[in-house]
Amino acid sequence: MPAPDPAQPFWQMEGISKRYGGVTALDNVDFTCRRGRIHAVLGENGAGKSTLIKIMAGVVQPDSGTMRLEGRSVTFAAPVDAMRQGVVSIFQELSLIPDLSVADNLSIVDPPRRFGFIDRAAQRRRAEDLLARVGCDDVHPLELVRNLPLSRRQMVEIAGALGRSPKMLILDEATSALTVADVEKIYEILRRLRGEGLAIVYISHRMHEIAALADDCSVFRNGQHIETFAKGAKTDNEIVELMIGREYRHVFPPKPARNASPEPMLEVEKLSWGDRLTDISLKVDRGEVVGIGGLDGQGQRELLLALFGVLSGVSGTVKVAGQAARLTSPRHAKSPGVGMALIPEDRKTEGLMLPMSVRDNISLAAVEKFTHGLLIDRSAERRAVEDMVQRLAIRAGSADAAVGTLSGGNQQKVVIAKWLMTEARLILLNDPTRGIDVGTKQEIYQLLRRLADAGNAILLYTTDYDELIGCCDRVVMLYDGRIVRELSGNALTERNIVTSALNLPFDAAAEARP
Amino acid sequence: MRELRMRLAQNYGPLVAFGLFVLIFAVYIGNHPAGLTVAVATTAANKGVLLALVGMAQTLPVLTGGLDLSVGMIFVMCNCIASAMVNGSPLQTATGVAAVLLAGLACGLLNGAIIVYGRLQPIITTLATGAIYYGIALAIRPVPGGEVNEALSDALTNQVFDTVPTTLVLLAAVVIVIWLPFRASALGRGCYAAGSSEPAAYMSGVDINRSKLAAYALCGLLAAVAGLLLTFVTDSGEASAPGGSVYTLNSIAAVVIGGTSLLGGVGGVIGAIFGAFVLRTIGDLLFVFDLPPLWQPLIQGAILLAALSLGAARVLRIRNRLELFG
Repeated sequence: MPAPDPAQPFWQMEGISKRYGGVTALDNVDFTCRRGRIHAVLGENGAGKSTLIKIMAGVVQPDSGTMRLEGRSVTFAAPVDAMRQGVVSIFQELSLIPDLSVADNLSIVDPPRRFGFIDRAAQRRRAEDLLARVGCDDVHPLELVRNLPLSRRQMVEIAGALGRSPKMLILDEATSALTVADVEKIYEILRRLRGEGLAIVYISHRMHEIAALADDCSVFRNGQHIETFAKGAKTDNEIVELMIGREYRHVFPPKPARNASPEPMLEVEKLSWGDRLTDISLKVDRGEVVGIGGLDGQGQRELLLALFGVLSGVSGTVKVAGQAARLTSPRHAKSPGVGMALIPEDRKTEGLMLPMSVRDNISLAAVEKFTHGLLIDRSAERRAVEDMVQRLAIRAGSADAAVGTLSGGNQQKVVIAKWLMTEARLILLNDPTRGIDVGTKQEIYQLLRRLADAGNAILLYTTDYDELIGCCDRVVMLYDGRIVRELSGNALTERNIVTSALNLPFDAAAEARP
Repeated sequence: MRELRMRLAQNYGPLVAFGLFVLIFAVYIGNHPAGLTVAVATTAANKGVLLALVGMAQTLPVLTGGLDLSVGMIFVMCNCIASAMVNGSPLQTATGVAAVLLAGLACGLLNGAIIVYGRLQPIITTLATGAIYYGIALAIRPVPGGEVNEALSDALTNQVFDTVPTTLVLLAAVVIVIWLPFRASALGRGCYAAGSSEPAAYMSGVDINRSKLAAYALCGLLAAVAGLLLTFVTDSGEASAPGGSVYTLNSIAAVVIGGTSLLGGVGGVIGAIFGAFVLRTIGDLLFVFDLPPLWQPLIQGAILLAALSLGAARVLRIRNRLELFG
C-alpha cells in the first residue's frame, strides 16, 4: 500500500442526494475527509448529518452521487461492505448484541479461529487487549453485554470499532452516554488514532468537545453542506449563525395574548427518571401551547412517556388541574379524572392499528363512551366518528377503509382524532408533523391552536424549530435530561433555540430583550 | 470467583433443568420396585433420548428467534422412510441411513430457505411444510408396518459394555459431533446474534441469512436422527399425526424448560436435553406412584408454567413499559 498522500483526500463524496418520500434529506452534497484529521460535522435536527453518515456506513444508499475511497470509486450495499473497506462507524443506537458476551461481541465479524472453529481463548485475549486499549479494564470479557451499564456498553462499542482496524472511524454522538473520565479516555484514543493517520468523522452536539478535538468543521443545514473551515476559524456564535437561517416555510395561526390570570393544567415538580431525566419542573396553563425543544435524544421523548405513565420508577410530583396525579399507565392517564392524551412518536407502531378500519381506530381509546352494558353501540360510534372525520377533514374513501391505506398526513389525523374522542384536556404530542405533507401540517397547527383556545393545554415536542417558534407560547429547552432554558415572547428566536440546544451561554449582545 | 459466578449465571437455565431432572429421577428411582438397574435405565433413556433429540432440533430455530412446527412431522416422515429403507445388507442399510438423514436435512433446508429468502413467518411456514412432510410420510407408509435392520436395532436399543444405554452414547455423540462444533462456529454465533438483536447483528455485518438457514437445516437433520432412532426402538414405521404433533409441542416445552428463551438469543441444546428428560420422567413418576396416567398432561403443564415463570423474572426489572412488548 502506498504511503498516504496528505494532499489526496482519503474520502470524497460528490453530488450525493437522498430523498425519503417527498422529503429531501441530502441535496447534492460534496464532503471530503483526510487522513490524520478529526473532522466534526455540525447541524440542527434534520440538517442531514445522520443521513450523511448512514450513507458513509452503508446503512442507506444514496439516490445519486459518487463516493471515493483513496481515489477508488466505492459503493456500499450493506454495513459489512463499508467495514471491509476500513470504514467503521459507531452509532448512537448501539450495534452490540445483548445476549452475547463482551468477548463474543468484540470478535463478532472475524473471530480468531483454530481448525475452523472459534478459538475462545484467543478471542478472550483479543477482548482483553481491546478493552485495555480503551482503558476499560473493569469490564470482564465474559460478561454479557446485557448486564453492562450503558456507559460501559458504549466503551465496548468503541473497543469493537478499534478491533476492526479502521482506516476511517465515524462516531455519531459516541460520547453521549459516557462519564467524564471515559470521555477523557476517548479523547486520548482519538488523538492517538489521528496520529496514526486515521480519518475520523466526529458528530457531536457538544461544542466543547468539538473545540477540544476537531481539526476541521463542516456545517450542514437543510440537507446541504454549507461550509467547511478549520477549527478556530470561527467563533461559536458564527457557527450558530451558519447552522440557523433556514427559510420559513409554514404559516402559523396567530398567538393570542397571554392570559392575565392563568389556570394551571399541568404542574410538574422535580420529575426525574434514572439518568435520563433530572429535576424537570414545568407548568402548562389552560389555553397554552408549550413546546419542548432541544436536539434529538435529550430526554424529550422520555418526559412525555413519563407523564403518560409508560415509565416506571419516575420520581417527582405531577398535578393535573390542581389534583395530584399518580401516573402508572396510559389507561390511567387517559381516564376522565386526569384527561391526558399522548400522540405518540411512531404512528405506525404506537399510534395506529394499521389493518383496522378508520372507524375502529378513531373510537379505540374512547370505546367505553359508546358501550352500553357489554356491547358497543355501533350507531352512536358511527355518528361520533363521522363527526370527527369532518372536524379534522380526514380524507379517507370510507370510514371502513383500513388505516394503512391512508396517506401519512391522514393517518396522523386519525391518531389525533382518536385522542380527541377521549375529550382529553391535556394533550401531549411527540413530533406530530414528522414525515407528513405541508398542507396537513398547516391543519394540525390550526387545530392545536383551536384546542388551546377552547381551554385545553398542549405540550408539544417537535424537532422542527419553526414549529417551536410558530406554534408555541413558551418553549422549554432540554439538554442532557434537564431543562436548561425557557424561552417565550420575543426571546423565542431560532438563534436562541439553537444556542440553548447546544447549551451555550447567551451572548449578551445576541440575547433578545422583551 | 467472579468468573465462576458469571458462568453460573449464564448457564442458569440448563442448570435448573439439570437439577430438576436429577431430583425427579432420584424420586422415581427411589420408588421404583427394581431400583436403578440397567434395564430400568435403558428403558428410561430410550424414551428420553427420542424427545431430547427432537428438543435439540427445536432449540436451533428458537435460538434465532424462530420456531419449527414441522419438527415432529419430519421426525415421523423419517421414521417412515427408515422403516422402508434401513434394511438388508450392511451397504443397503448404510445407504438407507444416509437417505433418511439427507431427507431430514432437505426438509430443514426447505423450511430455512422459505423463511430466509421468502421472508415468511416461521410459525406458519413450518405449519404448512409440516403438513407436506406428513403427507409424504402417509404416502410412504399408509398403514403402520415395515421393518428395520435387526442387528443395528438391537445394538442401538441395548447397552454399551452391558452398563451404559447405547442411546445415551448416541446422544452424547450427536452433541459432540453436531452441537459443539456448531456452537463454536461463526454460523452458530450468528444464530445467537440474530435471535438476540437482528438489527444489531445486521449493523455488525453478521451473515444472518446463512446462520438462519443453517439453524433450520440442522433442525431437520436432528429430527431425522430422532426419526431413525424411533424406527430402531419400535422396529416399524407409522405415519402418526398425533404422534408428530405431540413431539412438536413437547419439543417446545423441553426447549423452554431448558432455559432457552422463545424470544431467541439465549440458551442451548444441553438445556433442551434435560428439559426433555424432565418431561419424560414425569410420566414414569406417575407410574411408580400408581397415579392415573390421566394426570400427566396436568402435571407437565404445571412444570412448564413454573419453568416459564423462572425465565420471566426479567420483566420485573423493566422500567420502560413499552419494552414489555418489544
